[in-house]
Amino acid sequence: MIPVIRVFLLLLLFYSGTSQAVIETYEFSSGELEVRYRQMSQELRCPKCQNQNIADSNAPIAQDLRKLLHEQLEAGATDAQIQQFMVSRYGEFVLYRPRFSGATRILWLAPILLLLCAGVVVFMSLRRRDNSALEPDKLSEQEQQRLRELLDENEDRS
Amino acid sequence: MGGRAKLFIPLFLFVGLALFLFRGLSLDPNAMPSALIDHPMPEFSLPMLGSAQTLTQDTIKGKVAFLNVWATWCYSCRVEHPYLQYLADEGVPIYGVNYKDEDAAALEWLKNLGDPYRANIVDREGTLGLDLGVYGAPETYLVDRDGIIRYRHVGIVDERVWSTILQPLYLELSALDTNAGATN
Repeated sequence: MIPVIRVFLLLLLFYSGTSQAVIETYEFSSGELEVRYRQMSQELRCPKCQNQNIADSNAPIAQDLRKLLHEQLEAGATDAQIQQFMVSRYGEFVLYRPRFSGATRILWLAPILLLLCAGVVVFMSLRRRDNSALEPDKLSEQEQQRLRELLDENEDRS
Repeated sequence: MGGRAKLFIPLFLFVGLALFLFRGLSLDPNAMPSALIDHPMPEFSLPMLGSAQTLTQDTIKGKVAFLNVWATWCYSCRVEHPYLQYLADEGVPIYGVNYKDEDAAALEWLKNLGDPYRANIVDREGTLGLDLGVYGAPETYLVDRDGIIRYRHVGIVDERVWSTILQPLYLELSALDTNAGATN
């Protein structure tokens, strides 16, 4: 009897709770809608659990938004209309791929600006290096005189 | 630029970075301003809890008021409840949005714990919550007398939140109210 319990307890160790996570499925009238549903639910951020999209999140609000997304897609709304609907309620924040407007402009432009800045810095430092390479340090008349003296001195000693 | 001045560039960079990072310390990454600030209350037409009446966005117009989103399944709402009761007893008008809840459970809660609300909007399907951009109870909205949303607080309203954030805003808006009333 005891071995049976042991085996059971051992099996219990392997039991995983992850299989309990249920994400509901929706029926779509066309395959194209389903593709758009999958795309959009991955690019809409869950307002409650802020580092997940609504496709991955189990929060009640994410469930509601998935249901809403399904309804709106079936009702024939365009992607832009659905995005606008979400943004007007939850703010620009819900879009993982923010639109180019107002405050998000800096997000889109910053990489380009930084790249340009880096380019200018590199260009300027390269040019300076070129200039100095073209003009090797020339010794003045006095310095050449002294150089000759030093060389002569050396020769004298050897 | 002289060679001397160039030596200070790293220092300036460091100071700039330090200022940004220092600012970041006092920012709450979870704080999200409502998209509805300075927008009118979304239109709705929903039943009143424990009554046959229908409530609309006009119900809460006419006076600066708070709109508290709550539910019996929300543990934090229970924690928040006594403070709302205290505010209501002080004469602060609070309306409730009973969010995705059972009427019977909600009425039972109000009977047992007290009822701080002027009226409760029954939002069983969460449609009003959706239009408000609610993403979890409790949330508290400050609505001015024209029905314009002025502030949203996510989470429990307690003594600290009230005295540092909500009360100053409430008094400011109420003062505008009485001034407007005097000139009318």
